[in-house]
Order: sequence, then C-alpha cells, then structure tokens
Amino acid sequence: MSAPEFVYTVYIAAPVERVWNALVDGDVTRKYWGHENRSDWKPGSRWEHVRAGPDGVVDIAGRVIEIDPPRRLVTSWHSPDGEGDPARTSQVTYEITAMGEESKLVVTHSDLNEPGMRAGVSQGWPLVLSSLKSFLESGKGLAALDRKVKELSD
Amino acid sequence: MEEVFRALADPSRRLLLDRLFAAGGQTLGQLAAGMPMTRQAVAKHLAILEAANLVSVHWQGREKLHYLNPVPIGEIVKRWVGKFEDARVEALTDLKSHAETKEKRNVRT
Repeated sequence: MSAPEFVYTVYIAAPVERVWNALVDGDVTRKYWGHENRSDWKPGSRWEHVRAGPDGVVDIAGRVIEIDPPRRLVTSWHSPDGEGDPARTSQVTYEITAMGEESKLVVTHSDLNEPGMRAGVSQGWPLVLSSLKSFLESGKGLAALDRKVKELSD
Repeated sequence: MEEVFRALADPSRRLLLDRLFAAGGQTLGQLAAGMPMTRQAVAKHLAILEAANLVSVHWQGREKLHYLNPVPIGEIVKRWVGKFEDARVEALTDLKSHAETKEKRNVRT
C-alpha cells in the first residue's frame, strides 16, 4: 500500500469506548460532525455519511473494510457519484489507543487521488477532530449553541 | 498548550512544518536534506514537534514518515473563536431577557 496522504492525531480525555462510540453512533456524530454516520458496522457493509437535517443528503459513502471495536475501523470513502470507481475511492483508518486516562485517536487517509476530495479532506479533518475532542471533553460544541437557540425559540 | 507554543517559537521548527505542509509523509533523511543543520539537529526538532502533537508519525515498513498534524492549532483557534461564538449566543439571550422585561413593563403601563 502507498503511504497515506494525511495522518491526524488527537488526544482526548475520554475512555476508548466513548471515542469509538463517537465514530459509529449517528446520534453522536450529528452533534459534533453535522453528519450521521450510518451503517450496521459489519465487515463488507455499506456506511453512509448523511448530512443532518430533513433532506438526509448522503455526502460520503463507502464500505466497512475492517472493524475491531473499540480499537480499529477501516472504511472506504468516496463521494456518492464516485461509487464503484477505484480511482475515486480512498481509504480511512481510525485507530484508538488507551493512553492512561486519555485516548489517542489516529486518523489516516490514504489513496486520495481526487484533487477536490483531497482539498476538502485536508481542511475538514482538523476541524472535525477538534470538534470531537471538545464535544467529548466538555459535552459542549455545537450542542451548546443548539440548546441556547432552542431556548430562545421556546 | 504550552508545548505547542514552545514548539512553534523556533523558526527551524516552523520551517519543518512548512515543508510537511507542502508534502506530507517525509522521512528524516528527506527533511534533513534541505535544512542548514545536521541530521541530528533535525531529528531533535522533529522529536519536539512530535511531543507537541504538531507532527504525526506513520510507519511504512521500516520507514518513519512524518506528517503535519494541525489539530492542536485548531484547538487554539477554537478556544478563542469559541469565545466569540459564546458571546454571540449570550447576546441573543440578553436580547430575550431584555424583550421580556420590556413586555412586562408594557403590561404594567
């Protein structure tokens, strides 16, 4: 396999199980990612990255290549119109390691041959991972904003 | 967070990050080639960047590849940009209580 294009690391003050859950539970991903990750998370199954909101637009899709809860998840990754095209399919690996009280999450993105996806991904991952960190550590993030806005509209 | 600022305070280390931003996945040898210092000095700078989590490492067989990891910088931005967001929300809350007070006042008059 060729060397990955991007390798991101984040340390999160939460147990590995919570970090794992925050990757595979759509109700959780919606809160810090603005998208629901949907799948039955079995090897070979399809997974979808669905934009939060009434329209349910699928922005990214792929297959579960390898899954070993709560430590390792490997998925393929493509835009919906790149379905079945190996040149437009990249691969994302999530690895979670316990580091005392913290968890270390490493996200590796490989085989990114599409320039558009490459640009989007390089800007997206750092934001998503820092949002995940602050969500798990404080329970806040987008949720705090949503709650206050809801308070106002009640 | 102190580690991040300390790591960023050195111009050679910022240059290494610039080079990893331009091309991720470089070995120590590749990074040392363009630097006006010894390989040992570059290795030391990389170790400091790795400890501050500004550099991620990926082992490709026996090769240690280095990547820029901007996540801690994102956290710094979020820390203060987050404050602005909170302030905006607080302003909305204030607006609501102000409106309510006004309403009550109107009822009274």
